[in-house]
Amino acid sequence: MTLQAETRTAIERARDRYPHPRSAILPSLWAAQHELGLITPDAMSEIAAILQVTPSEVEAVSTFYSMYFQHPHGRHEVIVCINVSCALRGAEGIVAHLERTLGCASGETTADGAFTWSSTVECLGGCGGAPTMQVDHHFQENLTPARVDQILGALRSEPTPHAGGTTIGPAPTEPPLTTSGAGETPLTTPKEPEQSAITGPGTKKPAKRRGKAGQ
Amino acid sequence: MAEYKLLTKDFGADALQTLRGYERVGGYQGLREAFKKFTPETLVAEVKTSNIRGRGGAGFPTGMKWSFLPKDVFPRYLCCNADESEPGCFKDRYLIDESPHQLIEGLLIASYALQVNTSFIYIRGEYHDQRLLLERAVEEARAAGYIGANILGSGFDCEVIVHGGAGAYICGEETALIDSLEGLRGQPRLKPPFPAVKGLYGQPTVVNNVETLCNMPHIVQRGGEWFKSIGTEKSAGTRVFCCSGHINRPGNYEMHLGTPIRELLEDECGGMWKDGTLKAFQPGGGSMQVLLPQHLDLPLDMNAVQEAGSSLGAGAMIFMDETACLVDVSMRLVDFYRHESCGKCVPCREGTYFESELMHRLEAGLATRAELASLADICSNMDGRCFCPLGDTATWFVMSAYKYFRDEFEAHCGAGRCPVRVQATALVA
Repeated sequence: MTLQAETRTAIERARDRYPHPRSAILPSLWAAQHELGLITPDAMSEIAAILQVTPSEVEAVSTFYSMYFQHPHGRHEVIVCINVSCALRGAEGIVAHLERTLGCASGETTADGAFTWSSTVECLGGCGGAPTMQVDHHFQENLTPARVDQILGALRSEPTPHAGGTTIGPAPTEPPLTTSGAGETPLTTPKEPEQSAITGPGTKKPAKRRGKAGQ
Repeated sequence: MAEYKLLTKDFGADALQTLRGYERVGGYQGLREAFKKFTPETLVAEVKTSNIRGRGGAGFPTGMKWSFLPKDVFPRYLCCNADESEPGCFKDRYLIDESPHQLIEGLLIASYALQVNTSFIYIRGEYHDQRLLLERAVEEARAAGYIGANILGSGFDCEVIVHGGAGAYICGEETALIDSLEGLRGQPRLKPPFPAVKGLYGQPTVVNNVETLCNMPHIVQRGGEWFKSIGTEKSAGTRVFCCSGHINRPGNYEMHLGTPIRELLEDECGGMWKDGTLKAFQPGGGSMQVLLPQHLDLPLDMNAVQEAGSSLGAGAMIFMDETACLVDVSMRLVDFYRHESCGKCVPCREGTYFESELMHRLEAGLATRAELASLADICSNMDGRCFCPLGDTATWFVMSAYKYFRDEFEAHCGAGRCPVRVQATALVA
């Protein structure tokens, strides 16, 4: 058995909630990734057994969606948006800053194992607070290099594994009443970002692509 | 005509995300009235009367979609599409962040109208905190008797399942969403059969956007005729517009439909930032064609914007000033579609690849004129020929930008670098 009893129970609960057990494949993969930090072949076989589907059907799903990963990541996940709204307000400057300060390229993990970061063209939905990133799936908006340093600096020393997966069913921990962190999507005037809003890299390579096997 | 707070009226009220806070401002009265004043059939008719169109992008009349369900086929399913992933779009996140119970109430009203006993909220994986908010709100609603068996003594049962995605824009397409909900790779299906006839688990299914459902408590309480009287003849009600880009006040603004776009830009958004001049804007999110300053006098109306060659789509407005390079913006959008292509059909899978490679060479100043000419050829082999709209829309922005900014595109050929970026750097220096 790869998965702990708590995870197996969560998967069984998910299975019983849906009209058809196959629907529980996505939440089951989340539960496994939450526990193990990645999706393993053994975990997929175990999920398949609980849901009464074949392991290959579970694997087919795991390789389609960009948020599941099959190799170890750092303790914290950092994803920076470089789609249009964020690019217009300085996202490439944030990307360059991360490359410099973290010392690794998009898609890679820092030497100390603290962060796996990547730039993504997949709009995160933080356009009102652009440039935006997600750190462990929490929005951080109105970024400047200084704010990025502040956020990552606070996390670097945290020993806890990143919340790369999610819980399924009712959340055991209290979610925030609002999801407003500092600088969440405001209706008020946001602070002026530090760098200019010049668009585009001009000569950068395409953003490292995550997920979606066979593409 | 201006900002009109219908859905967003109570946002910011004390603890609105909790059941107590929501009930304090009249929450769940809509559900009570739905049971008291309407049968499922008359409720569908009321929604038809309201003229409300879907707020997810396609703008299909909601009442008409609801009426497509075959009469005596059960079970049926209702899926709320919270997979918001359109570039520039963040209104559904805002609606869920501020008032998760408004969505749940709207979902329950719609479930009653459609006689659906199991409803789903499919929320994108990246909206982690929003999913937790919704799950907690569902549990609060269940404890209060709004979800479950014999709701409020009505005899109507309804269960709500919050289902998280895992990163796939294509799962916002209704048939791909259904595939994903079934536990498959989220790839679109052939239509017909349409989901209303054969959808989730092969049963009649309706997929509705978050904002569309949030309107239901208000339509029930104030009537379809009242709703129709707001907005324009072809676009009733209000819509939440996500404004981003080179403006002073990015954010979500709920607007009376029919308001001129210029007013939204200059009043709510505070105009272009840094005393900049508008160069171009996109009125409907990443999929839609670009428009020019001359189009600012268009009203926020689906048909009017369509006649001008674009669409209000999902209500995401991206404003660009003179420092923006339309080749760079096009490149990013094309990259987006390449990344999100599910791979099922050849014209999209191969076409977005070729588009993307070409746009990168163009933006880097390495493409030749002949290559640029081939862009139109590639796009014409995609538009209208792909299995689902993703591949079609992957061509719309870039071809419209090429049409309006041909000189800018051609100036990139053989330039060695992006000429607009050089100019913009000089502007700031």
